Amino acid sequence: MSTAASDRSLNFSLHRVSAMVRRYWYLLISSWPRILDLIYWPTVQMLMWGFLQLYVSKTAGFAAGAAGTFIGAVLLWDILFRGQLGFSISFLEEMWARNLGNLMMSPLRPTEFIAALMVMSIVRLAIGMIPVSLLAIAFFGFNLWALGLALVAFFINLILTSWAIGIFVAGLLLRNGMGAESMAWTIMFLFLPLTCVYYPVSVLPDWLQYIAWCLPPTYVFEGMRALLIDRVFRGDLMLEAFGLNAVLFSLAAYAFVRLLESARTNGALVQAGE
Amino acid sequence: MDATPTAAAIAVKDLVKRYKGVAAVDGISFALPAGSVTGLLGGNGAGKTTTIAMIMGLVTPTGGTVSVLGAPMPAARYRVLHRMNFESPYVDMPMRLTVRQNLSVFAQLYGVAGATERIAELAGELDLTEFLDRPTGKLSAGQKTRVSLAKSLLNEPEVLLLDEPTASLDPDTADWVRARLERYRKETGATILLASHNMNEVERLCDRVIIMKRGRIEEDDTPAGLLARHGRETLEDVFLDVARGRQSEAMQ
Repeated sequence: MSTAASDRSLNFSLHRVSAMVRRYWYLLISSWPRILDLIYWPTVQMLMWGFLQLYVSKTAGFAAGAAGTFIGAVLLWDILFRGQLGFSISFLEEMWARNLGNLMMSPLRPTEFIAALMVMSIVRLAIGMIPVSLLAIAFFGFNLWALGLALVAFFINLILTSWAIGIFVAGLLLRNGMGAESMAWTIMFLFLPLTCVYYPVSVLPDWLQYIAWCLPPTYVFEGMRALLIDRVFRGDLMLEAFGLNAVLFSLAAYAFVRLLESARTNGALVQAGE
Repeated sequence: MDATPTAAAIAVKDLVKRYKGVAAVDGISFALPAGSVTGLLGGNGAGKTTTIAMIMGLVTPTGGTVSVLGAPMPAARYRVLHRMNFESPYVDMPMRLTVRQNLSVFAQLYGVAGATERIAELAGELDLTEFLDRPTGKLSAGQKTRVSLAKSLLNEPEVLLLDEPTASLDPDTADWVRARLERYRKETGATILLASHNMNEVERLCDRVIIMKRGRIEEDDTPAGLLARHGRETLEDVFLDVARGRQSEAMQ
């Protein structure tokens, strides 16, 4: 082998990332229940919160300007939740299939693996969220896409948080095997009350507000309410969220590297899947 | 193929792996020349799998060194992983993907040039052509093993690690797999390290046998050398001598 070819094998390879994306895509299209599952629950949630919002606004004189905050919140929450779940489920597919050993012994680098999982989290999110956002227009006249550039800022911040949590969970799974599987399904629910998805931060006790403001999604949900209720786009909140996401992402990447090292030291990669 | 004829393809020196103070591998050393086929034998818990895992870079040694094709493992594993491959009955390929999809994904991961032709060639050699578009999970155990073998040969590895390659196969399929491995070694000059409990397999394929017990190397010789020294007719008897700590008359 030439030196050039040898050096190429050391670089980050989009070719290997696309191989992994192709692997997950084949898996996704091989089973229609898997695709249906991506749409089913977001639809149920959107309908439930949409009708609840209709009821509240009629009976409690909820401000007309607040229309859409519940639906907007549930759709943005789904970006956060499903983004992480899409990342983690793709990772879990390798453990369920007992394929992790094949991948760990291949030239695929952890960064390439993670990049493929990020791509798949977007693909899975798109399959689930685009139809649901269109249904929200049809049922409740709520157009998420009309948020325009604000939606882009919300999306970037939420998906970054979801990937950071996904990376951390992947590290836990490598280190602890399937014993950590439940973390993949439940870890994001800790964010549900703390990031104030459906209510303003001011509702929380003072001491809990400090914790809430340490979490990037809190800024997004506050920003969404500011936009829908006050018609103001809070760029400052988005910048703060982005800064916190940079910190969170770095911490998750560091934790992943340490957990992977620990898995190599403890022989956990040999028993991956148990 | 980029062989390194002067250096050992796999070099293990004073290798130690301890888990919570218990030695799974306890100071073993060996060097496998390029083009050799070596059998790694030992009872359950002897340290074979841990040794292979350290050679693959999946487990970090507690002490000692491992190098593969000149690259220290696991630190420099990405320098050589595209020149290695492995096959094990304890690792599967995604069951819902067709054989062709699985092989094409791995061909891309290993950077195989002309992947379509290579897959067709291997499918022909391994009698898999008619199964290429069938989900991998729908295949029999023997067919799945052949798919795993095809995966392990995709990149024409210079170093091939095999962990019980014929476990759970019927005698006919197992014999067929051994013949294919023999042919691959003759054609490419690859270095093969084979962990197995099947002594006939080791006798047929290997020009050197390492027997491990409690993390240490108890024997390291050619099959003929082991048989002569133990005064036994089969490697199975030699293995039992080592495993049970008994001595044949020739050894006394």
